[in-house]
Amino acid sequence: MDKAGYLEMDLLRFTTAGSVDDGKSTLIGRLLYDSKSIFDDQYEAIKDSSEKRGEEYVNLALLTDGLRAEREQGITIDVAYRYFATPKRKFIISDTPGHIQYTRNMVTGASTSNLAIILIDARKGVIEQTRRHSYIASLLRIPNLVVCVNKMDLVEFKEETYNSIVNDFKENVIPHLDAELVTFIPISALKGDNVVDASENMNWYKGETLLQHLENVDVIETPEKIVNRFPVQYVVRPISSEFHDYRGYAGRVAGGVFKRGDEISVFPSGLRSKIKSVDQYNIVTEEAFSGMSVTITLEDELDISRGDMITSVENAPLVSQDLSATICWLSEEPLQPNGKYALKHTSKEVRCVIKNVLSKIDINSLQENFSDKHVAVNDIARVEIKTTRPLAFDAYKTNRISGSFILIDEASNNTVAAGMIL
Amino acid sequence: MSKHQLTHLKELESEAIYVLREVAAQFEKPALLFSGGKDSIVVSYLAKKAFWPAKIPFVLMHIDTGHNFKEALDYRDMWVEKLGVKLIVKLVQDSIDKGRAKEEKGINASRNVLQTVTLLDAIEELKLDCCIGGARRDEEKARAKERFFSHRDDFGQWDPKNQRPELWNLFNGRKNQGENFRVFPISNWTEMDVWQYIYAEQIELPSLYFSHKRKVFVRDGVLYADEGVIIKKPTEITEERIVRFRTVGDISCTGAVESTASTLEEIIEEVAVTRTTERGTRIDDKRSEAAMEDRKKSGYF
Repeated sequence: MDKAGYLEMDLLRFTTAGSVDDGKSTLIGRLLYDSKSIFDDQYEAIKDSSEKRGEEYVNLALLTDGLRAEREQGITIDVAYRYFATPKRKFIISDTPGHIQYTRNMVTGASTSNLAIILIDARKGVIEQTRRHSYIASLLRIPNLVVCVNKMDLVEFKEETYNSIVNDFKENVIPHLDAELVTFIPISALKGDNVVDASENMNWYKGETLLQHLENVDVIETPEKIVNRFPVQYVVRPISSEFHDYRGYAGRVAGGVFKRGDEISVFPSGLRSKIKSVDQYNIVTEEAFSGMSVTITLEDELDISRGDMITSVENAPLVSQDLSATICWLSEEPLQPNGKYALKHTSKEVRCVIKNVLSKIDINSLQENFSDKHVAVNDIARVEIKTTRPLAFDAYKTNRISGSFILIDEASNNTVAAGMIL
Repeated sequence: MSKHQLTHLKELESEAIYVLREVAAQFEKPALLFSGGKDSIVVSYLAKKAFWPAKIPFVLMHIDTGHNFKEALDYRDMWVEKLGVKLIVKLVQDSIDKGRAKEEKGINASRNVLQTVTLLDAIEELKLDCCIGGARRDEEKARAKERFFSHRDDFGQWDPKNQRPELWNLFNGRKNQGENFRVFPISNWTEMDVWQYIYAEQIELPSLYFSHKRKVFVRDGVLYADEGVIIKKPTEITEERIVRFRTVGDISCTGAVESTASTLEEIIEEVAVTRTTERGTRIDDKRSEAAMEDRKKSGYF
């Protein structure tokens, strides 16, 4: 890796989903192993464990099974994060388990991902969980789906088997999704076919291998295409003679580009000012764009605090105490009708009441059910919420940051739901 | 890359700064755990960036086993001065003297585990509600499953099966009286990222990280500094070698590697071709397959 190269690499966050025994851990192990991201001592450790367990191959799945219960039961019980890099990109994988009871983990992993790999067992084809995982990826607005038809070695690498699964997915799953780009790849994670290197067993497949696709796919939304959003996270007020009157608004740009001299509005107050400077330690910055953590100072002294949102004067966010949203329930305690919860949206925390459960989504049939109002763990529902104070927000489909929130149980302090504003 | 796209290092930096600002906003009395190792150096450097031009709004805390490299202590004091931040030092020796912790005996004795006692006592004494650490998920498999905001009960314990889901960039730091959090701003960084960042930002490091001559002996294939801290077996012979440290911690559990890398560029080259993890030189992880998981469950970082 040359120096100039790695200082110019970008970052792709992706998630993997599949049902139990679809070979997810093996696939991740394979990506890490074939991209030479597994170190000798890690490899030796899992080789030892595999032998102890009397397994025929070095079980690459053991690389991702971190906790004792997982190793003993051979399952994955929580989201694990894995890292690897090629000369082109650095990758962060959120590895989420496929068990039915762990839908919440997939939602968690998907919330920070720009790409999702959906694994299908070539022997089983599209099953209920394929639908569920694809739907969750689409619900969380992951723009890129990669459908990997795995275990091709067990169906003799047959093109017809692959094609019929692809067609089934196109006809029966894609119509229910919002995904912008769906790619299909036939692989064998166990044997390594089409994961890093092109398969010699599937000459009929002319597309990219999985790793090539991951390296080349364009996943970053162009900041200019998103409206300007800057949630104020922290007010920086140095008590020093050098920066006597300094009052800076620290935060991470949640959309668009903010430049010195730009006219801005502040919500929920609606007050206006102009950007005086965009500050970062040690660097002179003229502008800040999506993803950057900076500190903004304004020409006028306004009363701005954590939880406020700085935006461009055009394209104002919605400001309201009423919102409707799709939520995924994460807690073992079911949703309390008319229950009060704390709601965290960008850097703002308010209290709220769930006024109404409009419907529940059956994520197997993908049908909306208007009569069942009982929302329990792993359920996805559409709800109406009223907050105690106004929020400045966007629809989740236009902005994943200013359109998302979590609900917190005020007694246990647990995060009980993930919300996407409609 | 387009003009408005962050490099991987800038994105990781921005994420860590965001997390540090969340800590300052959500907690009343946080402290940054500082060991003098490169990861806690990077976290404290990021804290400087996060709050500039104001000072870092929390203290640094060193849980000191007493088994330090002199170079690490000198560096610590220089760095704290430079950051203009307050340093609190809590000694494992004090916990031992008070009978709160019991010194391990035998050939592989280490004070590494005892740090947990001193840390938990310090949290209680100082009423800390959050400890910021430099742990990374790529270091170890139990850490790979830990959150940025890691909730601990009033015994400081981690319950891996009952972690709060972490969605988008919404961190839930709410807690009941007596509970606290461990927060890991550089969770998503790899060893390589840390080195590249140190290089890109030209951050000063303790000299231990660079190639130097040192008296060492070999145990289980790892080179240990002969500083009188580890009890040697008669068969273990001290010799002078050209080494550097990949991690810097307590002498009793930090191994060196033979290396001639004396600049950041050379270290990055070395890390790029190295075939063992940096924790391969840590004997604290070698005790059992679930060593780290067990320590975390009992309140370790």
